Amino acid sequence: MSRETKTLLEVDDLRVTFPTRTGLIEAVRGVSFSLGRERLGIVGESGSGKSQTGRAIMGLTPPQARISANKLAFDGIDLLSVSPRERRALRGKRIAMILQDPKYSLDPVMSIGRQIVETLRTHEKVGKAEARDRALAMLEAVQIRDPSRVFNLHPHEVSGGMGQRAMIAMMLIAGPEMMIADEPTSALDVTVQLDVLGILDRLVSERGMGLIFISHDLRLVSSFCDRVIVMYAGKVVEQLKASELGHAQHPYTRGLLNCMPKIGADRHPLPVLDRKPEWAA
Amino acid sequence: MTSAIAVDRLEVIFDRFRALKGVSLDVQPGESFGLVGESGSGKSTLLRAIAGLAPVASGSIAVNGKTLGPRRDKAFYREVQMVFQDPYGSLHPRQTVDRLLQEPLAIHGFADGEKRIQRALDEVGLGNGFRFRYSHQLSGGQRQRVAIARALILEPSILLLDEPTSALDASVQAEVLNLLEEVRKRRKLTFLMVSHDLAIITHMCERLMVMQSGEAVENLAAADLVERRVTKDYTRNLLRASDGFVRTG
Repeated sequence: MSRETKTLLEVDDLRVTFPTRTGLIEAVRGVSFSLGRERLGIVGESGSGKSQTGRAIMGLTPPQARISANKLAFDGIDLLSVSPRERRALRGKRIAMILQDPKYSLDPVMSIGRQIVETLRTHEKVGKAEARDRALAMLEAVQIRDPSRVFNLHPHEVSGGMGQRAMIAMMLIAGPEMMIADEPTSALDVTVQLDVLGILDRLVSERGMGLIFISHDLRLVSSFCDRVIVMYAGKVVEQLKASELGHAQHPYTRGLLNCMPKIGADRHPLPVLDRKPEWAA
Repeated sequence: MTSAIAVDRLEVIFDRFRALKGVSLDVQPGESFGLVGESGSGKSTLLRAIAGLAPVASGSIAVNGKTLGPRRDKAFYREVQMVFQDPYGSLHPRQTVDRLLQEPLAIHGFADGEKRIQRALDEVGLGNGFRFRYSHQLSGGQRQRVAIARALILEPSILLLDEPTSALDASVQAEVLNLLEEVRKRRKLTFLMVSHDLAIITHMCERLMVMQSGEAVENLAAADLVERRVTKDYTRNLLRASDGFVRTG
């Protein structure tokens, strides 16, 4: 909340529980944080509950799971007690989400342009021609060179990087105040990854959005976000400023940083994480 | 000394698409060689062509001095084994680890299967407790260990590794990379490893080749990358990208 004091999202003691044959599995166990108009990274390994945290905020938790929290509020609206109808109005309009792989998150049988127009017209009363113009402008804003061509293409006809740009365009067209990006670049090549991050970074700061960036890549997150939350076994083990990552206290955070091979660092064998049961306690 | 793998002007064509456009490569015995590039650069195709899994249009491949024909014989697979990227897709979902490991032994007519399976599992750090599990009862890292055990059980001299850790968490990746280095040292294996991650390749390999759209861009030693002695823009871009996101302006 360095740039603006207004809190967009408040999460206090969020829990997500899945019933299974062998009993209850707590995927998220008491996560608390708040988000202003800033870039917040959530980092953890698979199974740490980072994605379920994002999905709970978005309202995409599977129906069999149970969510509880002392507080889960977006701009003062209590997300736990709000009606499904109001929730739908929020989703896509004020809170948007980008998923990992555009191959699966775009509709395969609808052209990219139509999907963007559909998103816009669901949330705003605009005419067809205007919607088309705005979709084209948005495609241009995500640095697609030939927007009118891409507008008519289907998702299978574009590359992964292009698909993810289209996805970002679709998510931004309704002008959301908060964006949840769940591994938005993990399916992309490294160089394309940087292009997409650059676009996301520019749009987020231009529009003053709050961003939650979920990823397993601690280095990437720390180079992109203002603040980082590190999750392990459904809990937040450490919360720190991205610039202070070098001074991380928790052995898990330090382990995650150290275990990646780095060009120029000659370490054989690589340090591995020595998981302690008390981290999960 | 004869090369472990010698590839000469190899062309691979899928229908009319030229996936490999005359690529040459030379890997010495005991060496660890890396192939780097983005998706569509042909790095995996080159690996698969060596394993006999891609349609070779022209050029030649020789393994341990023997030029390969269009079909691979059994002896070839005792020398060369492959580990695939996706540990969720490369293990049979309805076979136990024991069955998975027995199959290559049965094909090649090994008698001492029992001993070999135990040794292979020990070697990859899994132990006997995992022997009668199904792959869905294992984590991603454990599955990749099983895939490595399956490759090692025939005691090959060459391992082809196709992004062996890109589906794994960073910490598990470190464990699997350490395991691979360890078995290479112990068994004096030759590695040909594909990855999109320059950091992994410089960590694991002595020499590498950068590829782009079916062609070799440049050949480098890992030390060159560390010192940033690269000549091509494409490699420079890859290097910059591996440094992470840098905010401009």
